[in-house]
Amino acid sequence: MFKILRDLLRYNREFAIGFVLTLGVFLFALAHFWAPMPDSAIYLLPPDMPPSAQYWFGTTSRGQDVLWQMSSAIWNTMLFGITVTILSRLLAVAVGMISGYLGGKWDEALMTLNDTMIALPNIPILLLVYFVMRDSMSWPVLAATAALLGWNYDARLIRSVTLSLRNREFTRHAVFAGMSVPQILIRQHLPYVMPVIFFTAMNNLIWAIGLEVTLSVLGFSDINRPTIGGMIYWANQHQAIIAGIWWWIVFPIIAIVLLFLGLFLLAISVNEYIDPRSRLSRMGA
Amino acid sequence: MDGFAKYLVRRLFQFFLVIFLGVSLAFVITKLSPVDPVEQSVSLMTNFGATDPRAVELMREALQELYGLKGSMIEQYVGFWGRVVQGDFGPSLSSFPTPVMSLIMSALPWTVGLLTLALIITWTLGNLLGALAGYYRNNTLLKLSGAAIMALHPVPAYIIGLVLLLAFGFIWPVLPISGGAQMNLQPAFSFDYIRSLILHGTLPALTLVLVGIGSWFISMRSLVSNIVTDDHVVYAELGGVKSSKIFSQYVARNALLPQLTGLALSLGNVFGGAVITEFLFNYPGVGRLLIQGIYRGDYSLVLGVTTMSIVAVAVAVFIIDLIYPLIDPRVRHG
Repeated sequence: MFKILRDLLRYNREFAIGFVLTLGVFLFALAHFWAPMPDSAIYLLPPDMPPSAQYWFGTTSRGQDVLWQMSSAIWNTMLFGITVTILSRLLAVAVGMISGYLGGKWDEALMTLNDTMIALPNIPILLLVYFVMRDSMSWPVLAATAALLGWNYDARLIRSVTLSLRNREFTRHAVFAGMSVPQILIRQHLPYVMPVIFFTAMNNLIWAIGLEVTLSVLGFSDINRPTIGGMIYWANQHQAIIAGIWWWIVFPIIAIVLLFLGLFLLAISVNEYIDPRSRLSRMGA
Repeated sequence: MDGFAKYLVRRLFQFFLVIFLGVSLAFVITKLSPVDPVEQSVSLMTNFGATDPRAVELMREALQELYGLKGSMIEQYVGFWGRVVQGDFGPSLSSFPTPVMSLIMSALPWTVGLLTLALIITWTLGNLLGALAGYYRNNTLLKLSGAAIMALHPVPAYIIGLVLLLAFGFIWPVLPISGGAQMNLQPAFSFDYIRSLILHGTLPALTLVLVGIGSWFISMRSLVSNIVTDDHVVYAELGGVKSSKIFSQYVARNALLPQLTGLALSLGNVFGGAVITEFLFNYPGVGRLLIQGIYRGDYSLVLGVTTMSIVAVAVAVFIIDLIYPLIDPRVRHG
């Protein structure tokens, strides 16, 4: 594991940049545990202070330190993303592997459902869920809803991997040895599916974080819990752009773009590492 | 049954299934709510000052009727389908008494126009650049533009739109950042009006293009770089076929098929991006209508827009499915 990481860092520039960016943003988010004030406190500091030695990124019109708000915000946003990713991976793996291994009617039914889900527009459905839940909307509910909408592309990918494993020699051996279907899927096939799960997880994480930013920017989540989108929401509420409080909006945007870039570079370089064909072409073969 | 008919029947089945499940899902979501939409609307309207309790009771009755919340669950479900089929979601509460459907209908052309234009540009440009980057892998210019496109790819629509809005609305104010056309111009087939339309549409369309182009670029590049190693391409190269012909006929045409399927699959997501973009630029489309409806607590408007957008996306996917056989001969003859 560490050897792979070391090799990737040494020979793959995209991975190295992505790794450093993601790690940097992660450490920055981790710092919120040592924040000097609670992240929900408002009007604690003088409002609208520009960036200075005391307040590195300035303060908001609500009297919060932009630096510490961002630290908590990134943490909460990443927590949301990771929750969505884990939940939707469970669904994608279950549907994909069952569909690929059992085949026949099961496959047809599950894939029809899968394709139907793909054709549904996510954002309007999420907005409807928020609209009917209103104040009882909490981030775990939002995460569960997003997970229910975010598994279908990857289920298809996992299905195609399982499909190719189904007729391999070792699967037949396992069947003759009397292993049950869950045993075969988990003990025999899952190791082969793991790289795909890992790669799709990276993409899903990016998607989920984007979703969180989008919804909380509009104020459609728990607005008192700091998130990157939530910060921009409050900045818009206080008309920060027109009032010239640019630091309230620019720093969160920079942070989120760095995080996205880091995760994306990790995702494509991991994908390349998993797919030997593109590794060969990089080596110039 | 020949291949095409079989294909058509399967697609048609999928089309109706999407609409059936989508509309049912919308119904189920409204039932899951712990909040009663009638009480919500009543409290919204009685917020300012006291109202006669008898009037409130009447209002409650009227709203239950209006929202189709009377009778058993099955009756409500059947009633909801009736509304969808007739396209009648009742009057909108926030702009009473205009029917929800006429609000949607006047917003729809804006969204369809913006989305179609942005999609065509995104898909063509992304695939063209991606195919070129996959075919001419050592070209520095293509590598650079690829890096720029890919850096934008993961950033959500709102952030890209906001940066564009700050750049072209505040820092270098050259483009209008709000609305669909200039307020004081009458919609007409005149130079001024069309110019205003284009100017107002530029930033929303640019946002959608920048958001969407990356995924086409990336998938097309990897498709093409796999196809160039295929036997038929190597054979054509050895046979001395011109490289421009290999690129367009042997490589790009094959790679476009999965991209067309991808276009159909991506429509749901693209629509989501359009909702956000319209809201950000105050563009008078369906997305802005939806978000305004949520802010104003307009139950029938939100439900109407959600349901109609599920149906509209399904129709658009079906149209692409109908185009597909024209390009892939295997569907026609298989």
